[in-house]
Amino acid sequence: MDIDPNLQRRGFLKCMTWAGTAMVWTVAGGVPRSQIIGTAEAATTDFSFVQISDSHLGFDKAANPDVTGTLRLALDEVDAMKKKPAFMIHTGDITHLSKPAQFDTASQLCGATKLTLHTVPGEHDVLEEDGKSYLNRFGKGSKGDGWYSFNAGGVHFIGLVNVMNLQANGLGSLGNDQLEWLEDDVKNVTASTPIVLFAHVPLWMVYKEWGWGTSDGAQALSYLKKFGSVTVLNGHIHQVMQKVEGSVAFHTARATAFPQPAPGTAKSPGPMVVPAGELKEYLGIANVSLVSSKAPLAIVDTPLAG
Amino acid sequence: MTEVSEPGGIARRLLLRRAVGVTALVLITGRNDRAEAADAQVVIDNFSFSPTPLTVKVGVTVTWANQDDMPHSVVFPTLKLKSPPMDTDGTFSHVFDQAGTFDYVCGLHPFMHGQVVVQA
Repeated sequence: MDIDPNLQRRGFLKCMTWAGTAMVWTVAGGVPRSQIIGTAEAATTDFSFVQISDSHLGFDKAANPDVTGTLRLALDEVDAMKKKPAFMIHTGDITHLSKPAQFDTASQLCGATKLTLHTVPGEHDVLEEDGKSYLNRFGKGSKGDGWYSFNAGGVHFIGLVNVMNLQANGLGSLGNDQLEWLEDDVKNVTASTPIVLFAHVPLWMVYKEWGWGTSDGAQALSYLKKFGSVTVLNGHIHQVMQKVEGSVAFHTARATAFPQPAPGTAKSPGPMVVPAGELKEYLGIANVSLVSSKAPLAIVDTPLAG
Repeated sequence: MTEVSEPGGIARRLLLRRAVGVTALVLITGRNDRAEAADAQVVIDNFSFSPTPLTVKVGVTVTWANQDDMPHSVVFPTLKLKSPPMDTDGTFSHVFDQAGTFDYVCGLHPFMHGQVVVQA
């Protein structure tokens, strides 16, 4: 039986809407905007970068028995972009169990895009040797447990690590050393410079009961008050959530591995198996633009149309 | 042998009676300090530990068995005891050689709480 290639692609795109894909970020006039690759590609701006998250290489349960395959599909989409992004950010949980083979697969797949990869670790990446196995591979040139900053496209990027000392309630934490470094790092950056801050666990309180927040995240953000445009990118919760607070826009990315339930909608935050029959319903919920374009900083999340 | 051939109802009653007998025996040996303590198991599933609190005697080996589809670990801050991450079907065992009440969490998901009560 012949299969219509268009149908196949549509099926794939639908799958990617729940399994997640890469986000492409463009910065125009100091305002970062996001969209999922494959929609109207923002070819109008000079500078763009890609965010992927939560690939959990090594996971093989019902929610997604082929996480390597779905990461590869997301990276294929990056490859297919007409206008090359400047680089790629991975916001953590690259691997499921911090195993060397899992890190190797990630390096190999991401390396094939020929894009520079900037990473921060998730709690699944620091399960071995107190995070050394992550740092040895991805922490070159970083400070402390793997935090760093760099400038690109007129934007000051800051990668933070909030998974090394999870708090009793499960919240992420940055710790004093990192907070001091951050305060110092932004001291000489002009207030008109757009800031993009990225870390694994959300820096804002998404859902305390599941530890979806960072205990000292507010303190970190207090150092960024002078800036006119601050964008915070996180992963960890395997779903898109957005919030704008003053000049700060928060955004969490989908996973490339498996979805997790919305806060409080399940007994636990475990991997969510999406039954084929309910996928369409699920996509309807995901298909929302959440942020008003009248806000000083607009982030528009546009899921694939399917 | 005759028990096997008896009607189901009676056999079940006998089994129950035996079970009661075994329970009684455990209770008796439990009071006896010389008695060897039985091992105990805590199941990890759906981001929770069960049973908790778990009450055991000094010298008991407690084994955690992860039946969840996400990795978990066991961290006792007061004992400075930390298990490696347990993937699905992974286990971790520890012998409790001192009496006390010990709280623990999952190192990956510290909102998961458990407690082991070790009696002298």
